[in-house]
Amino acid sequence: MSRLYLARNPRAAARSLDGEMMIMSGRDSTLFTLNKTATILWQSADGTTPLDEIVAHRICPEFEVEPAVALRDAENLARELASHEIMQISELPIAPRNSLPGEAR
Amino acid sequence: MSQLMMEMSNKALDLNVPLSVQVDLTYRCNERCVHCYLDHDDHGEMTTAEIKHLMDEMAEAGVFILTLSGGEIFVRKDFFELLEYARQLTFCVKLKTNAILIREREAARLRDLGVESIQISIYSHRPEVHDAITLVPGSLKRSVDAIRFLKSQGLKVIIANVLMTGNMEDYPGVRALAAELGVECTLDPTITPMMDGNRSTLELGIDQTALRQVFRDVSLVGDADEFCAIPAPPGDDELNALPCSAGHSACYVSPYGDVFPCVQFPLPTGNVRQQRFIDIWRYSDRMNEVRSIRVKDLSTCTSCTHVSNCTRCPGLAFMEGNMRGPSSQDCQKSFARTGVPSANMLSKQRPDPNLVQIRALPTFAIA
Repeated sequence: MSRLYLARNPRAAARSLDGEMMIMSGRDSTLFTLNKTATILWQSADGTTPLDEIVAHRICPEFEVEPAVALRDAENLARELASHEIMQISELPIAPRNSLPGEAR
Repeated sequence: MSQLMMEMSNKALDLNVPLSVQVDLTYRCNERCVHCYLDHDDHGEMTTAEIKHLMDEMAEAGVFILTLSGGEIFVRKDFFELLEYARQLTFCVKLKTNAILIREREAARLRDLGVESIQISIYSHRPEVHDAITLVPGSLKRSVDAIRFLKSQGLKVIIANVLMTGNMEDYPGVRALAAELGVECTLDPTITPMMDGNRSTLELGIDQTALRQVFRDVSLVGDADEFCAIPAPPGDDELNALPCSAGHSACYVSPYGDVFPCVQFPLPTGNVRQQRFIDIWRYSDRMNEVRSIRVKDLSTCTSCTHVSNCTRCPGLAFMEGNMRGPSSQDCQKSFARTGVPSANMLSKQRPDPNLVQIRALPTFAIA
């Protein structure tokens, strides 16, 4: 099974408001708020950590969920975020276009 | 504003987070618009490092929407360096510009940096009118060329059309131009006094007849009868409402680091060269005074017919001398919309009861 890599779309805008992540799509200025799982994906989407590792190390300990179920759900979520151009997904590591000075706050 | 953005704004309000900040990078400009409230000089603008530090503090404070304006932002040689830094901090960046320095290369760079929108001032579709306002020959062509470059990059452009006596008749032409270019168009009849208090620019504002024409234009307001209807008396919700977002979830920072509740509200609340941005936002007595005002606290407006749907600007009221008082420009707008004079207008018509009226003595016929 191929691995999936996630990167934040550098054209998206983001800010955490009291733990709730607001993201504005760079494509059409649509505003989204991310749930807890999606926020973890966003924060972990460095382009080099594969999704299965994010799920194993960040999501499963948080939600007490079966790893296989969590991975399937996370993959669906990642594809949905990618369809809104909030995130980029690839079967290869994604080189950063913009080096962020730190995690999105 | 989308429903979700409204929800986030309300949440920011509850948490006392400055969700939206406008930073003017400079007051220098390459146009000399006749109605402009700025002096166009550099009295010690923040350096590149100071603005980056401010951006760090704003991101830390939770600012999401960062509007970069001026003056003309592109006259700063470090503009793209600042923009790139802002985007690295994942701000949603909006720009306000006359765009005459934007060519293909700048448009492509703005696109790459993920700017949310670019607002461009267009005063008329006719060069002789637009250029007579900017006082720069050829400026309309350059601004319109820039809009085409930006659109070709897929960027969102908004034309801002300020209405004055000199261009009042041209707004349908500007709207047609916007439609041809595939961009949004906003219309604003508000003229702001100059930053030194000089109110001479207000003479450029459109009169009642023109305001009425605008408010009755169905292409602008939809159902004109509904738009111009006399509002229902206010309920508790309206009286407890905030006058506007200034100082509540939004504020303004000048090129010199002074923080104000809004670009149109010249009440200094602190300077980011001396204090942390978040400390000014949270602890400035003046900011907190602005924040404490509710509609029910407004001295004249609470008794006004228009109170529940007036566009009253607290900043313009402040410039008239009382942040809890009426804003005459908005009184004029309410009057133009409904035909009913505001409480402020009526009070000015009445003689002051405390004044002793001096009358001529009756003439006595002398026998």
